[in-house]
Amino acid sequence: MDHSVKSQTGRIFDIQKFSIHDGPGIRTIVFLKGCPLRCKWCCNPESQSHQIETMTVDGKEKVIGRDVTVEEVMEEVLQDRAHYRRSGGGLTLSGGEALLQPDFAGALLQAAKEAGISTALESTGFADFAVIRDKILPYLDVFLMDIKHINEAKHKLYTSQSNERILKNARKIAETGQNLVIRVPVIPTFNDTPEEILEIAQFARSLPGVKKIHLLPYHRLGQDKYGQLDREYLLPNIVPPENDRMQELFEVAKTTGLDVQIGG
Amino acid sequence: MGKFYDEDIEKSPRIQKLIDHLYEKLPVIEADRAVLLTESYKETEGEPVITRRAKAFHKICKELPITIRPDELIVGSNSIAPRGCQVFPEYSFEWLEREFDTVATRDADPFYMSEDTKKKLHEVYQYWKGKTTSELATSYMAPETLVAMEHNIFTPGNYFYNGIGHFTVKYEEVLEIGFEGIKAKAEAELCACRVSDADYAKRSHFLEAVILSCQAAIDYAYRYAALALAEAAKETDKQRKLELLLIAQNCARVPAKPARSFYEACQSFWFVQMLIQTESSGHSISPGRFDQYMYPYYKADMEAGKITREFAQELMDCIWVKLNDLNKVRDKDSAEGFAGYSLFQNLIAGGQDEEGNDVTNDLSFMCIEASMHTQLPAPSLSVRVWNGTPDEFLIKAAKLTRTGVGLPAYYNDEVIIPALMSRNVTIEDARTYNIIGCVEPQKAGKTDGWHDAAFFNMCRPLEMVFSGGMENGVQVGVKTKDIAAMKNFEEFMEAYKEQMNYFIGLMVNADNAIDVAHAERCPLPFQSCMIDDCIKRGKSLQEGGAVYNFTGPQGFGIANMTDSLLAVKKLVFDEKKLTLPEFKKALDDNFGKGLSEQQLQSLTTEIAKEMARAGQSVGPKEIRVIYETVKENKVSEADKKKYDQLLAWINDVPKYGNDIPEVDAFAREVAYTYTKPLQNYKNPRGGIYQAGLYPVSANVPLGAQTGATPDGRLAGTPIADGVGPVQGKDTKGPTATANSVSRLDHMIASNGTLFNQKFHPSALSGMEGLQKFVSLIRAFFDQKGMHMQFNVVSRETLLDAQAHPEKYKNLVVRVAGYSALFTTLSKSLQDDIINRTVQGF
Repeated sequence: MDHSVKSQTGRIFDIQKFSIHDGPGIRTIVFLKGCPLRCKWCCNPESQSHQIETMTVDGKEKVIGRDVTVEEVMEEVLQDRAHYRRSGGGLTLSGGEALLQPDFAGALLQAAKEAGISTALESTGFADFAVIRDKILPYLDVFLMDIKHINEAKHKLYTSQSNERILKNARKIAETGQNLVIRVPVIPTFNDTPEEILEIAQFARSLPGVKKIHLLPYHRLGQDKYGQLDREYLLPNIVPPENDRMQELFEVAKTTGLDVQIGG
Repeated sequence: MGKFYDEDIEKSPRIQKLIDHLYEKLPVIEADRAVLLTESYKETEGEPVITRRAKAFHKICKELPITIRPDELIVGSNSIAPRGCQVFPEYSFEWLEREFDTVATRDADPFYMSEDTKKKLHEVYQYWKGKTTSELATSYMAPETLVAMEHNIFTPGNYFYNGIGHFTVKYEEVLEIGFEGIKAKAEAELCACRVSDADYAKRSHFLEAVILSCQAAIDYAYRYAALALAEAAKETDKQRKLELLLIAQNCARVPAKPARSFYEACQSFWFVQMLIQTESSGHSISPGRFDQYMYPYYKADMEAGKITREFAQELMDCIWVKLNDLNKVRDKDSAEGFAGYSLFQNLIAGGQDEEGNDVTNDLSFMCIEASMHTQLPAPSLSVRVWNGTPDEFLIKAAKLTRTGVGLPAYYNDEVIIPALMSRNVTIEDARTYNIIGCVEPQKAGKTDGWHDAAFFNMCRPLEMVFSGGMENGVQVGVKTKDIAAMKNFEEFMEAYKEQMNYFIGLMVNADNAIDVAHAERCPLPFQSCMIDDCIKRGKSLQEGGAVYNFTGPQGFGIANMTDSLLAVKKLVFDEKKLTLPEFKKALDDNFGKGLSEQQLQSLTTEIAKEMARAGQSVGPKEIRVIYETVKENKVSEADKKKYDQLLAWINDVPKYGNDIPEVDAFAREVAYTYTKPLQNYKNPRGGIYQAGLYPVSANVPLGAQTGATPDGRLAGTPIADGVGPVQGKDTKGPTATANSVSRLDHMIASNGTLFNQKFHPSALSGMEGLQKFVSLIRAFFDQKGMHMQFNVVSRETLLDAQAHPEKYKNLVVRVAGYSALFTTLSKSLQDDIINRTVQGF
């Protein structure tokens, strides 16, 4: 590994092994800290700020966020090399928004490719396209891209950002021939009607080369963390979509001809 | 090899009827075998022991009551009551007599016993006093061994009180030439004997005993032929009448003569399987490579159009059910150690032939299908895995795992074959290995492995280091260096090794004493005739007749000892946070968390004894007072605070099971303190000792007899399971745990290692889930792990995890397309998942 790649530093808040729903095979997810969006349903609120912060877990203070080198991260990631080899798995970058730290993210992906393991990125693509094209795509196997809504106003209301750049980037990324999977977090009261899901699916279908869409049902795994961060959870009253509802949305998305999957 | 038939086969309605009948009532203890055995022994007083055994077996086969259960296609039961059991007073009986009135109501494995049975057994026992293998074994043991056993350092209870078992016979030979053929072999050997041979007396008597035992099996089957015929005559249902006639025809043919069809082969197999367990109470009579030796009969019938796949499956399902019909009563403590009425009849599918070709076949798939259909604990289904194992076979196996039945167990050819070869097993024999009992590999039809020879609790020698070998005023272990005078960790480790070596030696003494007792009092001609080279050598299995002879006692507690020794090293010697005597006091005080029930009781007894010796009267009322006083005797608040601090320090010491190379390397060393010294010992059958690393379920009862350990484990709580980490101390997920476990030296533990992983079925959902699950197994095996089995958890387990999160830190569940560690979720989410378990996948 090139020294400049190895020594590249960045800020992460977690490394999770044996991840089986975020790309092919058995994977390790590295969560990068910091995100330009503020999705109200976010299950990783501790991922949003780039600052290192403190959470109170079981009465104990826990520091969230640490600065690490690519070499340090890769040492941990490659501990599961035997499992990647058998399953075709590897490294997945998630966040936060990994693209907020493009040099670090790119270096991690490059290091993973050099180690011969699969790479994936979970991102909403909210970054300068040239940066994505030059620093990320050359080392990326699977781009798992979040598209949350087609309606700009609603997108802005629930995520604090316009979707214009996201939708444009989606098309540009697809045009490079990148293996791109569209993922939709299905959030009750936000985008869980058949019309809204169909609209996203049709958009995904219009992207050249895109064949797959994942519908990720809303879950409350992150709810407790808001309290631990002394923050307010803005969607306290919604409940995860029923199986029947998900099935209905699945059928709707299917009409576009895409390969639809519930869950990652 | 062409494509496999891996599709599901429909379950015949007969199977559920058989199962329901089997589980209708509490199992029953029957006296018939014990009575017949004793009558025969009284008639043969003074004759050679091997002759007496054969005559007794013959009498039992001719007179033991027989029955055909409703709807059965495969017949042969050694008790009239479903799941009933016979008694084997020749090994030991005192424990059962003590439990006459409680065995029906005890927690683990209760049995019903009629007053008539109690009366008969009581009479039988008068004869056996002073004549059992257990009494002879005791007289052969060294005094210090008896002390160590009294103090629960190790327990050889399995073979001390019961038959040996733990082998796989040459089923294929019985199928091929029948007992008439085996008889002929023995007769030929007998003819070749010269009266002037030095071993003529023993050899000729052994061969005659074999001949009589073969005849006994043949006679037993003929009785079933007659019974089936008689029942057919009375039967009004046409279909059933035909079935009974067919059963009669089968039993008139096999196992006397070669099997001519798959159905006959199944019936012949069954007689062998159940009669071995009538001759002796040894368990783990493992059918082994059923898919291999039955295949020629299946293939021939299929090709000739004589059988349908559905009927073949139905016959296999019938055998699977029958394996649960066999039963065994154990003493209360052993019943806890082997909970679940289990006989550990291990049946293995897949694997290689002598030349190293993969020989997975249609029957391998049908073995898995049979366990799917029956969902019963027997057989203990295993599958062999190597690089050449077809993926579709593992996917089929993973589907069974997903049902939550706890089967199959997965075994790694790439470790087991070289491990066996390192014990001088030939490459051909190693490649065709199967598993005995829980996890013990061996070559079928050639091995007397004594695979379950004792449980060795690796935590107890550490307690002895702290106490200088003293316990309750008795010098149990070595008087190692005073802990207050120890200057560095090396001295401490040295003392641990010294205690280990000492107790390992005593355990060998105990096992060898038992070994000799079995050879002298219970050589077994029937089972010996189906294991090489007993007939050629003219010697029973118990006297060293097998080609390969081993003794394999298993150690457990590696994870606790790794974490404990590391805690001592770091806290006492590296960081100097406390002294060894301070650590000892914390352990004696159980970290201020109150004494365990076991400790309370033993302390109460001790004080009561002391008072009685001093001449005071001690009645139930006084004992109650002592008990309450001991219980009240609290640790001071200041000490409690200190202990909480100590527990927090211990918690911060890195733990085994988290993929930390330095810790795992230490675990490897700790395992060596058991596995390495053991392989230097020999047994009386001319074989060597080899270690296993697994506790079956004895980590719970034997943990109850173990004080607090320096890893923070409280007195009386369970010891870690198998070679896995301490419950709840592995927090990095299943891959990290597997990586840690794979760093142990599994090859030197050639008697087997056991690694359990827990999953919620949702984590295995869909074809993708199954594939990822299979790659987890393959990756663990790539790293030279030996065995893996999966506990796919139930709703009850999740409820327990909710109540005791500390025990389940590594439990993975899947929530809405997302996998998470269960204990990290909030209560409401946990409830969600618990309620969803039913639909699962």
